[in-house]
Amino acid sequence: MKTLNKKLLRDLSLMWSQALTIALVVASGVAGFITSFSAYDALSWSRDLYYADARFAEVFATLQRAPLSLEPQLQAMAGAAHVETSHAQVVPISIADVVDPIVGLLLGTDPLVPQRLNTVSLRSGRMMGERRNGAMEALVSEGFAVARKLKPGDQVTALINGRQQVLLIVGLALSPEYVFAGLGGSPDRRGFGVFWVDKQTLAAAYSMEGAFNQVAVRLAPGASEGEVIDQLNRLLARYGGHNAHGRDLQMSHLTLSSEISQQRVMGTVLPSIFLAVAAFLLNVVLGRQIATQREQIAALKALGYDNWAIGLHYLKLVLLIVAAGVILGLALGAVMGKLFVGLYADSFRFPDMHFRLRPDLVLVVMGVTLSAAVLATLHAIRSTVLLAPAEAMRAPSPGIYKPMLMERWGLQKWLSPALRMVLRTMTRRPLRTSLTVFGVAMSMAIVVTGSFMRDSVAVLMETIFRQTLRGDVMGVFLEATPARVLYALGKLPHVTAVEAQRSVAVQLVNVHHSWRGNLVGKAQHPELSRIVDMDYHSFSTPFEGLLLTDRLAARLHLQVGDMVRVELQEGRREVLQLPVSGLVHDMMGMNAYLERHTLNALLREGDIVNSFALAVERGFEPALLERIKELPRVSMVVSKSTMARNIEDATVGNLLMFSAVLTAFAIVIAVGVVYNHARIALAERAWELASLRVLGFTRSEVSAILLGELAIEIVLAMPLGMLMGYLLSRIIVSAIQSDEFFFPFVISPATYAFSAICVVVAGVVSAFIVRRRVDGLDLVGVLKTRE
Amino acid sequence: MQPTVQATEFAVHTSGAAIFVAKGLAKTYQMGEVTVTALVDVDLTVYKGEFIVLLGPSGSGKSTLLNILGGLDSPTSGSATFEDDDLTAATDTELTTYRREHVGFVFQFYNLIPSLTVRENVELVTDIATNPMPALEALALVGLADRVDHFPSQLSGGEQQRVAIARAIVKRPDVLLCDEPTGALDYVTGKLVLEVIANINRDLGTTAIVITHNAAIAGMADRVLYLGEGRVQRIEVNAKKMQPSELAW
Repeated sequence: MKTLNKKLLRDLSLMWSQALTIALVVASGVAGFITSFSAYDALSWSRDLYYADARFAEVFATLQRAPLSLEPQLQAMAGAAHVETSHAQVVPISIADVVDPIVGLLLGTDPLVPQRLNTVSLRSGRMMGERRNGAMEALVSEGFAVARKLKPGDQVTALINGRQQVLLIVGLALSPEYVFAGLGGSPDRRGFGVFWVDKQTLAAAYSMEGAFNQVAVRLAPGASEGEVIDQLNRLLARYGGHNAHGRDLQMSHLTLSSEISQQRVMGTVLPSIFLAVAAFLLNVVLGRQIATQREQIAALKALGYDNWAIGLHYLKLVLLIVAAGVILGLALGAVMGKLFVGLYADSFRFPDMHFRLRPDLVLVVMGVTLSAAVLATLHAIRSTVLLAPAEAMRAPSPGIYKPMLMERWGLQKWLSPALRMVLRTMTRRPLRTSLTVFGVAMSMAIVVTGSFMRDSVAVLMETIFRQTLRGDVMGVFLEATPARVLYALGKLPHVTAVEAQRSVAVQLVNVHHSWRGNLVGKAQHPELSRIVDMDYHSFSTPFEGLLLTDRLAARLHLQVGDMVRVELQEGRREVLQLPVSGLVHDMMGMNAYLERHTLNALLREGDIVNSFALAVERGFEPALLERIKELPRVSMVVSKSTMARNIEDATVGNLLMFSAVLTAFAIVIAVGVVYNHARIALAERAWELASLRVLGFTRSEVSAILLGELAIEIVLAMPLGMLMGYLLSRIIVSAIQSDEFFFPFVISPATYAFSAICVVVAGVVSAFIVRRRVDGLDLVGVLKTRE
Repeated sequence: MQPTVQATEFAVHTSGAAIFVAKGLAKTYQMGEVTVTALVDVDLTVYKGEFIVLLGPSGSGKSTLLNILGGLDSPTSGSATFEDDDLTAATDTELTTYRREHVGFVFQFYNLIPSLTVRENVELVTDIATNPMPALEALALVGLADRVDHFPSQLSGGEQQRVAIARAIVKRPDVLLCDEPTGALDYVTGKLVLEVIANINRDLGTTAIVITHNAAIAGMADRVLYLGEGRVQRIEVNAKKMQPSELAW
């Protein structure tokens, strides 16, 4: 078969441009699959390994303060295999020469007693001791250390119970609780750091000796998480604990899981599209290749080659193209996979997360791709190879054209002969026409999918940082504080407005539906920390009843006007019946609002607040932040602009890269579909077009007939592509959205326009190449050949 | 026109070994929406070493008959045997083996593989034949030993047809089937190609069946079959075969 193989290689070199475009589509799909699944694999593998290794807890609770004597009761809970209590404290952190406010979480750890849950692993440096030269020794979370360029030996200052305390960093560490650690669950890694300090020292600073305010539980095999949560809530209730939850609400785990499921969706949906397009292209291009080689096939048969040999010959052509795509895709996937895993390693800190090209993934992608290619082309190969050789030698009979529906309606007088030719060709091969339209639409959809995330993130940032948060600085008090503190805040230099809120832990119950969370008391017309829905309508806080997030109302099966049982989890733990007076479609979390004074009155606790927002004169924020850091009652302060900037820094680069990669892939598809379609149309109709030229048609007129078909198909693809882009993006967003977080799903007109431009450019470039071939049509030569 | 005798007399002065026997061959096929009747009730015996010319206007069934004898097509009814093997009962695989081992084809449009060189086009056959002659030897027989590395597009029509003949004979076939081998060639080149076919028939003893609608070519045959409307209209036997160089048209 040596000579037949030479023919194969020479055929391939003749159709190199088409083979290349197909191989690139295959490569894009394979690369997408490898990238997504290796990111998926790296994340889930590292997670499972690390969670098991570090004995990540399954149920978590925070409380105000409980004595260690409660521990035996906690240990005795049914379904709890192991319980560990600890002491955590949120404090403001200052780093020399850094103005940005930083929130620190101090975790008391006994360096001499090994932890049994959520163990801390040291990455560099050494374990902390108690104190050295007045400084408190601390391990710092690696993500924060990297983001702030901290290393062992550096110092930061923490405001511990009103006193500035130097923390001496002795090591960098990781914990399964803080694989993902950003300010308030955001990707702001510069604004939030975890510090492990000596347990006794921390306890002494807060008079927490013999007490704890955090609980972690490892479940016994087969135990019910819900039952353990209930027991924990009951036991901790009198100690200010009311919000025990499973891993599903643990911030780090939640973010990690959402990312993992997103990658799985990406890795499945997108490569399938590429594979489908590649299969379609192979089918069309190979079908054409075989059709033009009818006579060669007949000759081979006459020479004594059997069907298998000839079939295999064409199959090899397909396999070579696809294999080239697969190899290129694997290489590209390995490079991008490494890059993506590297990006993830910034956001998700594991002791060991690395890219690996799993042999089983490689086998799967090879198997799937090659079988799809074979399936796509088998029919074309089979039908021609099985033709009796004498029949193969006869020119195929002219295609059967029929009057179009339009013509049967008598509308043909409106159509020029050229347009009629174009439309008849399109309608004669409805499947190919629709697949071309579909392929172009798919490439648009992929551009939309790659770019909509930027729109959504822009809306998310707008909603949080411009619509909801109108203040400049937000802070949390160490404990509930009388509202008169607002006067003091208002008198701070350059503060132009002050607003405060009170939040109280509640359980809302409607028959057998319940929800634990916070009831937030806000000013009647909040200005600095507004209540805004996804359409940016701002809401006032009701006096007479609750304003609920619509998702919360849906979960509790409540409607406006219904009464809901409000079980206060703090203070006198009273039970109230309040009406639902409004619903709001807001973005973050599940929220319940009530006017602050009304709430405080219901609590019978006087006018009390626990967090605040300030508006500051432009340019004076750094000075103000310095003053606030000195306030003993403030446990945490956040600068809106710094946080927004940090989030943008952390996300914009990734989003741009993601979008660029997908756009490049989409262009590969668009060019693949449009270019191949045009080449085939030209090859099939060269005879017809040359005849028209001989009859006196100009080059432009002839090109118009050929390219008109393409133009019509691209135009048809546009609305379909936008619709498919919408649906595809929806699928991806649904992997991120949850009850807790309504990720805004927004596709801006600019994104749709961008996707359309990409496709049009791909079309114009392809058309230009094909147009040059039309210009170069060898009139005599074409007419002499039979096709 | 050369003197001719009747077919029945011809059998008397041949070796008598039949290579093809066809009885009642008929063939109809679909061409788009049209049904074409190509052959109607054809009886024919071809003897070893014979040189037969099939003459007739286009659509008379010449190619169909040749294709059936060459195992490229099967009749709608009737039978055809090659050395006692029934071609009409043969499976696709058997027909392939038959073509591979016994038949050399030459087509009007040469049907060379454009992506293969002259030598490679011939090697296409030496790769699969059981006892081929060296490719270069076959090319030397057609006078193309010096152009072996050219691609078909670099050759004249006559040269391409000679490559096709080399490709057909390299397997040392029992029969050489030529469908309008000079149809696309000019006078001089056409004669050159006929010369080659005549030499092969004479020197290698290969049975040759040549389709043409050029009546002048009939002079170089042992027998001439006239086909019309799918039937054998008449058979003429040439008392004396002419050399291609003696032909004129």
